[in-house]
Amino acid sequence: MAVSVESNVFRDASSLGVLADAERYHEPLSIDKADADALLSGLQRMILIRVVEEKVGDMVSQGVVKCPCHLAIGQEAPAVGVASYVKQGDRVFGAHRSHGHYLALGGSPHGLLAEVQGKDTGVSRGMGGSMHLIDIPNGLFGTVPIVGATIPIAVGAGLAAKMDGRGEMAVSFFGDGATEEGAFHESMNLAAVLNAPVLFVCENNFFSSHLHINLRQPDSSVCRYAEAHRIAWARADGNDLAAVRAVTKEAVDSIRAGGGPRFLELVTYRWRGHVGHREDEDVGVKRKDDLTRWKLRDPISRLAVALDRLGSLNRQQLKGFWTESHAIVEEAWATATHDGYPPAKALLSRVYSGTMASKR
Amino acid sequence: MKQAPVTTGYGAAIRDGFEYLLANHSSVFTIGQGLWSPWYVGNSMTDLDSQFGRERVIDTPVSELGCTGAALGAALCGYRPIVIHPRVDFMLLAVDQIVTQAAKWRSMFGGQVAAPITIRAIINRGGEQGAQHSQSLQSWFAHIPGLRVVMPSTPTDARDLLIASVLSDDPVLYLDDRWLYGLEEELPPIEERNLASEGPRLTRTGQDLTLVGSSYSAHLCREAAARLSANGIECDVIDIRVLNPLDATLMIKSVKKTGRVLAVDGDWRSCGMAAEVIASIVEAVDPRLMRAAPRRVTLPDAPAPTSNPLERSYYPTVDYIVQRGLALVGAQQETFE
Repeated sequence: MAVSVESNVFRDASSLGVLADAERYHEPLSIDKADADALLSGLQRMILIRVVEEKVGDMVSQGVVKCPCHLAIGQEAPAVGVASYVKQGDRVFGAHRSHGHYLALGGSPHGLLAEVQGKDTGVSRGMGGSMHLIDIPNGLFGTVPIVGATIPIAVGAGLAAKMDGRGEMAVSFFGDGATEEGAFHESMNLAAVLNAPVLFVCENNFFSSHLHINLRQPDSSVCRYAEAHRIAWARADGNDLAAVRAVTKEAVDSIRAGGGPRFLELVTYRWRGHVGHREDEDVGVKRKDDLTRWKLRDPISRLAVALDRLGSLNRQQLKGFWTESHAIVEEAWATATHDGYPPAKALLSRVYSGTMASKR
Repeated sequence: MKQAPVTTGYGAAIRDGFEYLLANHSSVFTIGQGLWSPWYVGNSMTDLDSQFGRERVIDTPVSELGCTGAALGAALCGYRPIVIHPRVDFMLLAVDQIVTQAAKWRSMFGGQVAAPITIRAIINRGGEQGAQHSQSLQSWFAHIPGLRVVMPSTPTDARDLLIASVLSDDPVLYLDDRWLYGLEEELPPIEERNLASEGPRLTRTGQDLTLVGSSYSAHLCREAAARLSANGIECDVIDIRVLNPLDATLMIKSVKKTGRVLAVDGDWRSCGMAAEVIASIVEAVDPRLMRAAPRRVTLPDAPAPTSNPLERSYYPTVDYIVQRGLALVGAQQETFE
């Protein structure tokens, strides 16, 4: 059985160990029958994300979508696994590569596909594009492309949740590159000292834009930063939905019980370039050989085969998931294409609210 | 027998504003460095922590960026935090959160959400503190769409504009100046106001010259106007109060009457607030109504010095404004009684 869940009880905070080995974890996931239903719905959601992202990629390649799109293909499991423990009242923040976070939390494909076309019906009413997504009803409080910027904001959202006293939490998704920003370290320290209910989720995909983590940091694992800030951490194969769910559940239970912030490092890999649709180059740095091996650690197929073996999924059902997702996405795309753009007055009318706190 | 009026100083008036907000709005809290210290922020927040509890008056690690971001995060979740930067210079470590996050949050998410964060920073200059303990930088921040910039010049405004800033649903940069802490006046009862309806105010009227300034510069303008009046020159004095978004209506109207304007600002000259004031006026006033070329009084375009003689020549003074005012109206020099 693959060892895909690690914790600070028995693992080194500085090294990813075997999780960094592209030759490992190609086999089907090791899963429990008890989790089958949750994993099945997770699989469906990951397939939807994959199909939406492929559509966006196609439209980028055709020049139809022009805003910068950072696709999460290959990184579906962290979003879906963490989102499955997000409840009403929680506040989730993302970054530049957050289409998956939005969809995992229950955002509609149409809202995203309209947004990347700059339409008034998009989640940010056509003012944000791919990199600025918001969906408050589903708990997504904002995603922005300034690296690390939403991490302190999430800490404040966590502080607010603590003041509210309803057991709610904040979630901060970021990549390994963000751990090189001062904002990250200030935020971890602040969350620890305020005992704020914040789940820090680092999706370590090895690359910040074009540069590998080994060329940016002295160690490959970012869990050592959690140790420095006295925040309990766990690391998992980020392409293993069952593992992601397991570490998330443990962390979230502790956070909701008043245990303060937690840190997760989910090791994953993106299949496309830093930005755009291409997978054969990454801002000039070729990584073709690595990518071929990492594709064998596919979060979707490894789970699908495991569910099949468990008798929880047959091939026809699986095919149905893909067909259904394609139908949803094509319909959402067609609708969004015919939607209108924001009115000219939106340029100025959305800058200030001009309102004030209502009278008590 | 008539009782002597009770006057309140500028710093104590700010404290009154905090006290009112914390007592009357449960969504308000404050966060920043030095809030449990007796000296970091003058007398403007004395004992608020013991009065309202250290959960609502939060002293913090030395993390300007982190704390400003955290305040923004709480603002997105129904709170009205005031993040305190005891010096403008240190606030610059948080510029991403102020300029690129808070100010843009509403617009870039389609006007669907509010970010009611107030960033209070204190201008604390002079005293040979030098280049890194003296900046005010209002011109920089007034450049940013989405960020309201407020600079009170009187104790009443220090209190009431703080309250209006915090109750505003938009992000606000509220700058107060330690050089004004000696001002005292009788305060009227508190009235909650919509910051969007607040703007420049005419604080003195005259037909010869328009003086425009904000914060300590507005104070200098008022003093200079009194001196100029003694020389037979009557000034309109306009206290800008809200620098962004700038409503130039009052200034335009005034200059159409006086034909002369002197813009005073305690920030640098190049691309500064004084330039913005003059540009906003001359774009809207028929040149034939102008009786003299507009002028500005600002800091020289150099970092603040420490050496005393250099420091004395660095900051605008009432004397200098009076001189420039006399020159503008064509009087050669000040006549002393």
